[in-house]
Amino acid sequence: MNLFDYVRPASVAEAVAAASKPGAAYFAGGTNLLDLMKTGALTPGKLVDITRLPGLDRIETLSEGGMRIGAMVRNADLARAPDFAAAYPAVAEALLSGASAQLRNAATVGGNLMQRTRCAYLADPASVCNRRDPGAGCDALEGENRTHAVLGWSDACIATHPSDFCVPLVAFDAVVEIEGPEGRREMPLEEFYLLPGETPEHESVLAGGELITGLRLPPEAADFRARSRYLKLRERTSFAFALVSAAAALQIEDGTIGKARLALGGVAARPWRARSAEALLRGAEPTAESFARAAEAALADAKPSGDNAFKIELARRVVTRAFLLAAAGTPESVPALPASVFSSDTGVSIHA
Amino acid sequence: MSLSVTLTINGDRKDVVLEDPRVTLLDLLRERLHLTGTKKGCDRGQCGACTVLVDGRRINACLALAASLDGAEVMTIEGLAVGGRLATVQSAFIEHDGFQCGFCTPGQIMSAVGLILEGDAGDDPDRVREGMSGNLCRCGAHAGIIEAVLDAQKRVAGEEGKAA
Repeated sequence: MNLFDYVRPASVAEAVAAASKPGAAYFAGGTNLLDLMKTGALTPGKLVDITRLPGLDRIETLSEGGMRIGAMVRNADLARAPDFAAAYPAVAEALLSGASAQLRNAATVGGNLMQRTRCAYLADPASVCNRRDPGAGCDALEGENRTHAVLGWSDACIATHPSDFCVPLVAFDAVVEIEGPEGRREMPLEEFYLLPGETPEHESVLAGGELITGLRLPPEAADFRARSRYLKLRERTSFAFALVSAAAALQIEDGTIGKARLALGGVAARPWRARSAEALLRGAEPTAESFARAAEAALADAKPSGDNAFKIELARRVVTRAFLLAAAGTPESVPALPASVFSSDTGVSIHA
Repeated sequence: MSLSVTLTINGDRKDVVLEDPRVTLLDLLRERLHLTGTKKGCDRGQCGACTVLVDGRRINACLALAASLDGAEVMTIEGLAVGGRLATVQSAFIEHDGFQCGFCTPGQIMSAVGLILEGDAGDDPDRVREGMSGNLCRCGAHAGIIEAVLDAQKRVAGEEGKAA
């Protein structure tokens, strides 16, 4: 690990000022940043510790509806907050399907949004990586790439976004709140992430010194609470990143789908919202056939970036199954094996 | 900014001057305070051998910066037994053969203590297995580990019932 300066500012304004110089990085839970610093993949000259900033650790119900979550709320605390899990059960399930209990106790909401791809070539300084070293090339293109992207990738980068949490957040139109040298701004989380194109080193819209201070879930997101699931295919039942995952949510009235939401994880450089699939389901019956058509639409533009053609069919099946689970109803509590196909918990509609 | 930190470790207040900010909680425990019960396995948050409680929550000490934890309360495996009497979780690991070589055991036990404090798992073996998935055992003692955690949890609940 390189030597760095360590500062612990007392306010958001001080933090932004401290982080506005090149080479600085914010330090929160540290679970991803320290890992990448240990391999030498990241070498920040200064760490700006934001763990003590006041006011960033709150979970609030907003008077206009919806909830606001401070950037320093720990993943485990958010998943366990009863009001949050009741309103956004698929988000709680996604959080609990990620990492391990120890990591969820340390990792933060803002850090989860800012975590880096788990493409092994980013973490290995002996490899070339256009994200780490723009223009250097991409060892994943001809390397171990069976877990890599099937949507939105470019010849410069085929990495995926690793988050579980962000997948239902994108499905539910979560908004990111940002504080920076130029003031405050906010945007939908979906627009926060950039696809690689020719400049994969730009992973998000954040400019130097900008800090995520929180995120909001709009009130409409809670209208899906009776039928929303997160389903995650991985190579072991727990403590593994998604090969493919899906957040699926439905509103059903008189046997017909009103609104549908779908986002996929593990398939692209950002959580992948599938609006064409959502549109197909509007007015349809909640059957396996409808969901399979939606899955086809969601993956219509998918193409392999390497040894990963299997992920396209896998993603279709995950989407279909996630919608079937959502249609059956949100379970009363998060299943023992969150987001797992091996979970024995079946959905029970809270309106039954 | 001075890089001295004050930590309460197993109930004892420790003032430590850090030589530089890179010191992880794991290295501080092992190299500075000689509390070598907390193990360094992968040093990357994947194996759980370094699990300790910080302010009552289990975390990977290898991915925590000591400088950031100024003022925290840390409990390690050395802090569990009181007056030579093993804690309930420790006894349960012995009774259920929850280990073979023993290297991962301090992390397993501290993780189990954290899991019991969280109180989410109940008596569901699936939930306990899921809750312990951040702790790997290369000897494959997981079956005994899960039995030990379930048994310890039951006994801790019983002791709390008696105390109440």
